[in-house]
Amino acid sequence: METLQQSPDAAQPRPGLRTTVEDLRLVGVSKVFDTFTAVQPMDLTVPAGSFFALLGPSGCGKTTTLRMVAGLEDPSTGKILIGDRDITDLKAYKRNVNTVFQSYALFPHMTVLDNVTFGLKRRGDKDARRKAQEALELVQLQAVAGKKPAQLSGGMQQRVALARAIVNRPDVLLLDEPLGALDLKLRRQMQIELKRIQQEVGLTFIHVTHDQEEAMTMADSIAVMNQGVVEQLADPATLYENPASTFVANFLGQSNLLRARIEGEAGEGLLRARTHDQEVVVRRDRVPEGIRDVWVGVRPEKLRLGEDGRNTLRGVVTDASFTGVSTQYLVRMPWDLELMVVQQNDGSARAHVGETVAMSWDPGHEFVLDQRQSDTAGADLDDE
Amino acid sequence: MSSGSAVLPSAGRPPARRARVNWVPYALLLPGLLWLFVFFVVPMITLASQSLQEGDVDNGYTFTGNVAVYGQALQNYWPQLLRSIGYSATATVLALLLGYPLAYFIASRRGAWKNILLVLVIAPFFTSFLIRTLAWQTILADDYLPARFARAIHFTDLLQVLNLSENSSLLSSKFAVICGLTYNFLPFMILPLFTSLDRLDGRLLEAARDLYATPRETFRHITWPLSLPGVVAGTLLTFIPAAGDYINSKLLGNTQTVMIGQVIDAQFLRVLNYPLAAALSFVLLVLILSLVTAYVRRAGTEELV
Amino acid sequence: MAWVRRHLLTAAAMVTLFILLLPNVVVALFAFNKPNGRYNYQWVRFSTDAWANPCGTPGICDSLGLSLRIGVTASLVATLLGTMVAFALGRFRFRGRATTNLLIFMPMATPEVVMGSSLLTLFVAMGLSTGALAILIAHIMFCVSFVVVAVKARVASLDPRLEEAAADLGATPLATFIKVTLPLVAPGIAAGALLAFSLSFDDYIITNFNASPSSITFPMYVWGAAQRGTPVQINVVGTVMFVLSVGIVLTAQLISRSRTKKA
Repeated sequence: METLQQSPDAAQPRPGLRTTVEDLRLVGVSKVFDTFTAVQPMDLTVPAGSFFALLGPSGCGKTTTLRMVAGLEDPSTGKILIGDRDITDLKAYKRNVNTVFQSYALFPHMTVLDNVTFGLKRRGDKDARRKAQEALELVQLQAVAGKKPAQLSGGMQQRVALARAIVNRPDVLLLDEPLGALDLKLRRQMQIELKRIQQEVGLTFIHVTHDQEEAMTMADSIAVMNQGVVEQLADPATLYENPASTFVANFLGQSNLLRARIEGEAGEGLLRARTHDQEVVVRRDRVPEGIRDVWVGVRPEKLRLGEDGRNTLRGVVTDASFTGVSTQYLVRMPWDLELMVVQQNDGSARAHVGETVAMSWDPGHEFVLDQRQSDTAGADLDDE
Repeated sequence: MSSGSAVLPSAGRPPARRARVNWVPYALLLPGLLWLFVFFVVPMITLASQSLQEGDVDNGYTFTGNVAVYGQALQNYWPQLLRSIGYSATATVLALLLGYPLAYFIASRRGAWKNILLVLVIAPFFTSFLIRTLAWQTILADDYLPARFARAIHFTDLLQVLNLSENSSLLSSKFAVICGLTYNFLPFMILPLFTSLDRLDGRLLEAARDLYATPRETFRHITWPLSLPGVVAGTLLTFIPAAGDYINSKLLGNTQTVMIGQVIDAQFLRVLNYPLAAALSFVLLVLILSLVTAYVRRAGTEELV
Repeated sequence: MAWVRRHLLTAAAMVTLFILLLPNVVVALFAFNKPNGRYNYQWVRFSTDAWANPCGTPGICDSLGLSLRIGVTASLVATLLGTMVAFALGRFRFRGRATTNLLIFMPMATPEVVMGSSLLTLFVAMGLSTGALAILIAHIMFCVSFVVVAVKARVASLDPRLEEAAADLGATPLATFIKVTLPLVAPGIAAGALLAFSLSFDDYIITNFNASPSSITFPMYVWGAAQRGTPVQINVVGTVMFVLSVGIVLTAQLISRSRTKKA
């Protein structure tokens, strides 16, 4: 069982329409379907008022985790708490937790307004209509209150689903791949919109997604899940700059992983490492305790063409693709590994296919992982 | 997921909770299934039992296990049995040939037209089928246009050659009975066909065309196989009731077109020979069930309900 | 080539539609006939006599009333029973599912003459008398299966997430059923009920086995008339039923259309 810490810079809940929001805690929660273990026992604390993402490939257990929080699935073991209240055995309709479903699950036979007032009316809220209209205002859909869901576009339906959940002021708002059905442009727009709304209302959002870019754009902290286990919980920058496993390194963006062996001290808090016939230096505080056989990981944009960094590698350009803001190169090492280099289109000279080039980076721009992990874990999974 | 667990989506979790909801499906099923058991299954048993009894209506019946009645029934009424199967099979094929183009046509319409056409297909249902069958007596009558036209183009001669009619009339003939059966059960054929054709993804047809299939090949390899569930359902819904029907043979046929239903009806309600009538009923049921089972096996469709 | 094919299909479809509707046209036409003899087979001259006096033939309106009463009762009971079974089949996994499916399928795979005669043997064996109650029992029996089929399709196509969403929004199981499940399944239930009514109203064969001289339904009346002489009133009833039902269905279509484009 892995104990995870609260992320260091969880967003402070802003003074919203409702003030008290409490932490959500999962304690030893797991889920077993017959023989298949969907979620290994996990401890997780989602700070009040934060925008929290559960990120992972399909089948990693993130949706099951979400459904357990919503009360739509009973955990096999463990407890779910909001603040100090144990809600594990509370039925879904008694939990102050609301969900924005993946396909929205808007009631097709009701108008938009009826959909949004549905939850309030179940609680006998006298002010349901006004609150619903406010919520529709928040998502800028006052104009379509009288229409049926089928008459709206995908993006509008998404916003109705959001309004229908938010209007109840839940302790935790769950979003199950809420943007999956939208096209790219609309998705970008909605990402900004969701973030704005979350900050405006100050509720705790838990966002399940397989899209790493989406998670990084919106979330304060991200739990990366793989095969029912949380591999790493951190803020987006930490996840990217210092991934805790090869899975995280490969799943979030691109990584060049060099097989290396730590050979000794290099002074100034650095260690010497040998990768094939090349010697490089890495920051000591990046190397896991007591490990000598390692992967040295360098992100493509941290590698520069030229020799002005402290660590230098040489190879032959096998492919160059120009993408506008940058050029992406594949460079073959003498030992057959291909490294990816992304060079900003800042006016510096471009390399050509077949050319032998030098690439360099400065110590501290790398991350170091245990070599017992597979270097290809999570490499092919970043999108469905 | 085991067949014993109650609710569909979730499994796992506290046994107490599962046990509590377990009775719900049974409570829902109980009244309906009880009704079917008492008024469908039990009658089948009394029917079988009745066929093995001897006696008469006035003095009552006693169970004697008289199996000979089945031999008697088959020996005397095999022509009517075979005729029933033959007529209904022919009517089923005709209904398929007539119904498929219309079902396809409706499925390929859009919006309001689709609904209007569907209503038109169901509309005949709203007038009692006895009245409509009587209307066929008028339509096929000797001095009206269809019969005159049939005589003019020697269609009636053709019918006589094919032994479908005994004289130059259209009415009171095998031809009329088969037409009546075809007409009466046509909507039962069209609706399932429509359902499966309507579900057909238009992109599949485009993909087939894209992969060099001619319209004929597209139909043979894509449309037809994908509409098979509708074909199976439609043919069953046509064949089964048609085989037991005797309205059409009575109203549109002659003494040479008597179907088995007519015999059963007469033996039960007029001759009052209950054992023989029950035996005939039972034979018809077994015959149809075995034909249907063989057909469904061949067609490879299991879930019909 | 494609043009010819397209129009061949249209032509074939129209031929079938013509065959389907021709008898209804004839029925309507002959409702305005003034026949010479007892049989209304020959066109004589135009008359609205039968329309002025629809109950003018003895027994016709009594039989119509009985058929309507049996039809309404049978469809109500069959719809209730069938809907419950459909929910059990569409919503739950349970032991005995295959047997249930078989039991539902069997009445549809059994010729009416067999069902009618077997019920008669049951009533004879029990020493019960036939009549309106026996007819009602029989009609409920053969209607249940059709209701199950109509409703089950709708229950099965219901997105389970809609009910989850209702629970998620604080609706109790009962509220979820009333507010979400039932309205969404309602079209299937309505279709099942209509089908049950029309099957019951139109049944002759099963009814005939279980009727008594005092329980003459409308189809039995028509059958009897076919032997003795067909009054024009039969055509009037047939035409009114046709126009009324098509009108109701089309109006319902128009209403649901104007409410939403597509649910």
